Amino acid sequence: MLARDGRAATRSPHHTPRAKNVIFLFMEGGPSQVDLFDPKPELTRLDGQPLPPSLREGLRFAFIKPTAKVWASRRPFQRHGQSGIEVSDWLPQLARRADELCVVRGMFSEQFNHHPGQLLLHCGSPLVGRPSMGSWLLYGLGSESESLPGFVVLQSGPRGGSSSTGLFASGFLPSEFQGVPFASGGEPIAYLNRPAGVDTAEQRARLDLIRGLNEQRLAELGDSEINARIAAYELAFRMQSAAPELLDLSKESAATLSSYGADREPTRQFGTNCLLARRMVERGVRFVLLSHASWDDHGSLVSGHQKNCETTDLPCAALLDDLKQRGLLDETLVVWGGEFGRTPLAQTLSPGEQSALGRDHHPDAFTIWLAGGGVRPGSVVGRTDDLGMKVVEDRVHVHDLHATVLHCLGIDHKRLTWRHQGRDFRLTDVAGNVIHKMLA
Amino acid sequence: MQIRLIVAAIILAPARFSLAQSVDFVREVQSILRGKCIGCHGADRPQSGLRLDRREDALKGGYSGTVIKPGDSASSRLFRLVAGKEAIAMPPGKARLPAVEVETLRRWIDGGAAWPDSVAESGEQPPAAYSHWSLRPIRKPPVPGVTPQPRNPIDAFVESKLAANGWRMSPEAARHTLLRRVYLDLTGLLPSPAELARTESYEQTVDRLLKSPHFGEKWARMWLDLARYADSDGYEQDQVRRHAWRYRDWVIGAFNRNVPFDRFTVEQIAGDMLPGASSEQLAATGFHRQTLTSREGGIDVEQLRTEQVTDRAITTASVWMGLTFECARCHDHKYDPISQLDFYRLYAFFNSTEEVNAAGPLAGEMERIERSKPEYERQYGEILAGGRVADLQPKWEAEVLKAMADPAARLEWTQVLDYLAVYQDHGHAILKTAPAQRTARQAHDLTRVFLKDPGPLASWPEAKGVKFGDNFKKLEDLNARYPGPSEIPAMRESATRRETRLFLRGDFRSPGIAVLPGTPRALPPLVPSGLPADRLALARWLMSAEHPLTARVAVNRFWQELFGRGLVATPEDFGERGDPPSHPELLDWLAASFRESGWDMKGLIRRIVTSRAYRQASRPRTGIDDPDNRMLARQQRFRLPAELVRDAALQASGLLQTAVGGPSVRPPMPLGTLKVAYRMKWEESPAADRYRRGLYTFFQRSVPHPMLVNFDAPAAMTTCSRRTRSVTPLQALNLLNAPEFAEAAGALAARIERDRPGGFGEQVRYAFELCFARPPSPPEAALVERYYRSRGNWTGAAAALLNLDEFIVRD
Repeated sequence: MLARDGRAATRSPHHTPRAKNVIFLFMEGGPSQVDLFDPKPELTRLDGQPLPPSLREGLRFAFIKPTAKVWASRRPFQRHGQSGIEVSDWLPQLARRADELCVVRGMFSEQFNHHPGQLLLHCGSPLVGRPSMGSWLLYGLGSESESLPGFVVLQSGPRGGSSSTGLFASGFLPSEFQGVPFASGGEPIAYLNRPAGVDTAEQRARLDLIRGLNEQRLAELGDSEINARIAAYELAFRMQSAAPELLDLSKESAATLSSYGADREPTRQFGTNCLLARRMVERGVRFVLLSHASWDDHGSLVSGHQKNCETTDLPCAALLDDLKQRGLLDETLVVWGGEFGRTPLAQTLSPGEQSALGRDHHPDAFTIWLAGGGVRPGSVVGRTDDLGMKVVEDRVHVHDLHATVLHCLGIDHKRLTWRHQGRDFRLTDVAGNVIHKMLA
Repeated sequence: MQIRLIVAAIILAPARFSLAQSVDFVREVQSILRGKCIGCHGADRPQSGLRLDRREDALKGGYSGTVIKPGDSASSRLFRLVAGKEAIAMPPGKARLPAVEVETLRRWIDGGAAWPDSVAESGEQPPAAYSHWSLRPIRKPPVPGVTPQPRNPIDAFVESKLAANGWRMSPEAARHTLLRRVYLDLTGLLPSPAELARTESYEQTVDRLLKSPHFGEKWARMWLDLARYADSDGYEQDQVRRHAWRYRDWVIGAFNRNVPFDRFTVEQIAGDMLPGASSEQLAATGFHRQTLTSREGGIDVEQLRTEQVTDRAITTASVWMGLTFECARCHDHKYDPISQLDFYRLYAFFNSTEEVNAAGPLAGEMERIERSKPEYERQYGEILAGGRVADLQPKWEAEVLKAMADPAARLEWTQVLDYLAVYQDHGHAILKTAPAQRTARQAHDLTRVFLKDPGPLASWPEAKGVKFGDNFKKLEDLNARYPGPSEIPAMRESATRRETRLFLRGDFRSPGIAVLPGTPRALPPLVPSGLPADRLALARWLMSAEHPLTARVAVNRFWQELFGRGLVATPEDFGERGDPPSHPELLDWLAASFRESGWDMKGLIRRIVTSRAYRQASRPRTGIDDPDNRMLARQQRFRLPAELVRDAALQASGLLQTAVGGPSVRPPMPLGTLKVAYRMKWEESPAADRYRRGLYTFFQRSVPHPMLVNFDAPAAMTTCSRRTRSVTPLQALNLLNAPEFAEAAGALAARIERDRPGGFGEQVRYAFELCFARPPSPPEAALVERYYRSRGNWTGAAAALLNLDEFIVRD
């Protein structure tokens, strides 16, 4: 059950966990797998032509039609590390950590629009109102932090998210399990800053008065809920010092800041967030959602993706190095991915202009990667067909991903349930299988 | 069943037909059906609506249509499924039928699928009646005899139950506690010190509060949770719904006018279908305008529409019947007698319903619009000229119409066509209307889409130099400066009736059999027969005297609001998996009385709040082992809902604006939240509107106000029957630090010092009365005094009082 102090109490997992925390690097909008992780030389042969009719059947896209033309990636791919995993030249830093990655090329979903796709990826359902993965984990495992929320959200990128708080809401779970957005400037958490004219000492004095009066009431009425409120106020007070301390990077070395690119453009914002994610995990935050928007390049994909890669490649790699060096990678599961991939077919509104080409949403086959606690390093799971249209081997649905993530955290996804509107809900709805090929 | 099978197997009878290699139906075919199929496709809750135990049903088929086509195994679904020729296979699981059995079924079907008369009937019987308590008719039970006999029958039911455990009710709560309780429960407001000092009986107080205009505000909140009320679309772009508040105003007014619950129901579900429907009755149908909408480019419009119809069906079933119909969307309900067919029969009532905005200008609005019309028209004309609309829009329309005729031909234009449907309600209908026939509003709406999305025309030579985006923005600005007349979001029946099909596995791309509107078979039939089976009939059926659920579900909601917990603790689920009632007789007595009273909502509330059960103290007593207080040996303390937490702070400090009704307002929003928001504009409301009750806070579904989220306001995505009540540090931060609460603390301090200049003693008494409706105890006064003396002003102490558990709890 829940701790009565408003902090989710730690609860026992169902089996021995391989990881304690999750950092979810959410690449909002849908990165293009054929330009990053899933090389498709066959596309080059068909470049500029429509798909053979046999492959068009049953395709559903958001914008383009199944008769759109094939657009081969112009990126060179190379094998990297012992594992020989192929990664494109847009991600040179991550490529050097290929042996840490479990690259899942077999991802698929049915949702070809952003909002439902994102809801599915985060909350296990394309419909709104369901709890986010972080909320489920917090409900299932509780928080290990005495002074920070157990589920924190950081955002970066030039375009902002498109689904807003629904992606980290607690849905029908109690609000103590909601994701708490952290801003990296100004007020890190809503209402964290004291009102003007109230310093720490004054707030402490007020809290002591509140506590004294609440204790009198408790003695009179014996309602344990009052106890919970007293504890929640103490936690709030600690949060007011812990959150700024968390954000204060002055004790990080120049080398660390530089490794994340937190000291320079274009990596400053995303790099800072990655560094903060590491600091949060160090301080017992259970789930960090780090959202980067947006990869939704319907047009001008080359310049758009290139910019996103330049912004995120180095910080992602630095995060893996840093976690590993501090011994945290074993107990932290890092997940990178978007709500879907992008079509191997081109989308264009200005025919003839190569630089204006983009790709549509592609939920039938896309790539994500994981690293750290519990997953098999240097592995590739899933294979797509020669054109990257569909997954033909080791299909991994979003529900399967969720089941596998929960498994790494020691949770049986079928047993983590909450009764709502007359039925037991779970993150994986009525589906999901643990993908053992992904596990170490 | 085992015995019946054996008996049936003994009564062998020869098949009527004898074909080449004829199949012995009983020995060969029926043995397969019985052995492998009727476990799921028998008489008791047949899966996918298919029964294979009876000839008539087997040949009729299931949800997907017929499964046996005599003489044509290749197109018989039964054969295709067992032969592995479909995406799914039967029987489910790993075991396939042996090839010889598949071949037998093929031969049987190809040979004409003969099924002899002698074995046409099944030995199995479906379950006779539904025995679950909530589906049985409501009979008004006798009031139990208790000595002394309580005046209020509620107390007789509660006392007799307690007596069975050897328990008694708690004594009445202290007067100030009871007053604060009944004020909060009936109006959502605190009693003022002046009101505390009134000399009137408790009953007089109750009657006064029932007449207060704030009564409707308090009870509207309960109903708005059920109605999933919000001020924006929900999905993706989450556009503002400028007129959503018209429905909220209707709900507030309906509670204040004590509209009988049957009218209250009928008008919300089918107000538009009443003869000569008034504006008020149209506003009531705003209930089903609260459904979410997506305006994401690229969305499948039909998929969205089916989601919306589904939401309306599910919500109706949940709100009025406490049934979890959602489960039956994809398959027969696992626990309750709701088949997938039942779901789509209910769905069919809403399937030909469409959204419409009725004219609903506010007082004085038309005069203002008339006055500004010349200026508006002048600027609108400039925009039309700037966008070269007269010249270019007809060409654009021609291209989009061509795309409508042949969507595959020119895809860039098909995108514009799709966008038109998503972005503009009834966009396609407007396009198809000849320009001369369009209303001015329709012409404007189409031009707006043209300027926003000219499509490929933007790069045509004749459009060279036209700045579509600039002109679109100008138009948006113009409309913001000169808003058109107000409207009433409503529902109406579409001119053409849409055929409803059951969706296999709930997937709208897999239509099954055609379905007519109808009510679940476990419930009374839709009467009187002969009338059209439409929404109006559905609404009246819900309120019919025979309906076992509506009255029970409704009284339980009122009870929950007044005790913190329903007699049925799962107000959203009166099915098998829901909580059984703690006091079944009391529930039925209340339900029957409510119906007999002509569905008098205020009467029901009055009956409950004047009971001794309601007036009890809440403190747990030793010797009564009932931690959840199911037996009602006491009242219940519970935290106020989010809106009332806000109202209480504003009211105690004297800042609250008590105006009733009107458009939503935007109190300050923290910057961090705004950063998260996607294209959201949050223009803070001017001074006085910042202090309106929480009920009026603009509810942007994608980014609800954090204060509301922190205190467990529902997300307004789906219907909500009960809120969670969490205790979190974010709530503490909210009350300690949020600017509006800091402001309230300052105002409360100033009020104390201004109204009671005579010194600390009378000040602390006043402060406690304002916040808790009671004087402080000496130790409490001492604690506050010590702090107050060290500061010399009330600011910090006032802030502390607004943060106390007692302040945000209703006792």
